[in-house]
Amino acid sequence: MPDIIFMLLIFFMVTTVMREYEGLDVIMPRAKMIEKLESKRHTTYVWATKDGLISVDDRIIHINDLAGLMYNKVAKDPKVTVSLKSDEKTTMKLITDIHTQLRTANALKLSYSALTKKPGS
Amino acid sequence: MIKKKRRPPQEINSSSMADIAFLLLVFFLVTTTISMDKGISLVLPSEGNELEVNRKNIVNILMNESGKVLLDDKPTRVEAIHGIVERKIAGNPNLIFSVQTHPRTKYQDYLRVLDQLKEAKATKISIANPPAF
Repeated sequence: MPDIIFMLLIFFMVTTVMREYEGLDVIMPRAKMIEKLESKRHTTYVWATKDGLISVDDRIIHINDLAGLMYNKVAKDPKVTVSLKSDEKTTMKLITDIHTQLRTANALKLSYSALTKKPGS
Repeated sequence: MIKKKRRPPQEINSSSMADIAFLLLVFFLVTTTISMDKGISLVLPSEGNELEVNRKNIVNILMNESGKVLLDDKPTRVEAIHGIVERKIAGNPNLIFSVQTHPRTKYQDYLRVLDQLKEAKATKISIANPPAF
């Protein structure tokens, strides 16, 4: 009996995908109609702060470099979804620039990361 | 001669190993699902692909810097958007909703509008090209 448990344990230890990044300090916005990300493996995270900083893979990058970076990611994985983690107070100028960069790189699947809205808010 | 009774070889009771294994197992069962991020999904329009769409099938949603919304040139409350959009879709399932924001619009407000559109089950959502300022 304990052998079975050990096997299952090893299985879960292997399949748990640990967070590989820290990300930037953002206050996440809240929304109601949020859906789960399709697949964790085909996801790349883009962080955006309200001061205009952008970070991908734990590196702060310039907005104009985003397209090139994403183009490489799309080339490696055409099904990649971009999960945009932006502070709720970010201005749309930055978001629109991100949109443009993503469109140039043909990274069209986007998910605006958000937390569930508290009921009654 | 004192015969020491030979103690039987001590065995550590290993039944508690199974308990530890159970606990660790439950821990991993729980933690494998925690980091699933959630968000509002959207497909961006591909670049340069300005499709010719019948103007009747487009609903323009404009947002200004304070988060106020103009739906079809009518000022609308954000919470009322999903109701209006639902009715519009019922009338024309091919409607495309184009969202246009001001560079100083707050992301939270934009997301609230998207949230309303998603709540109304709008499938054709497009982000308008920002006008050259």
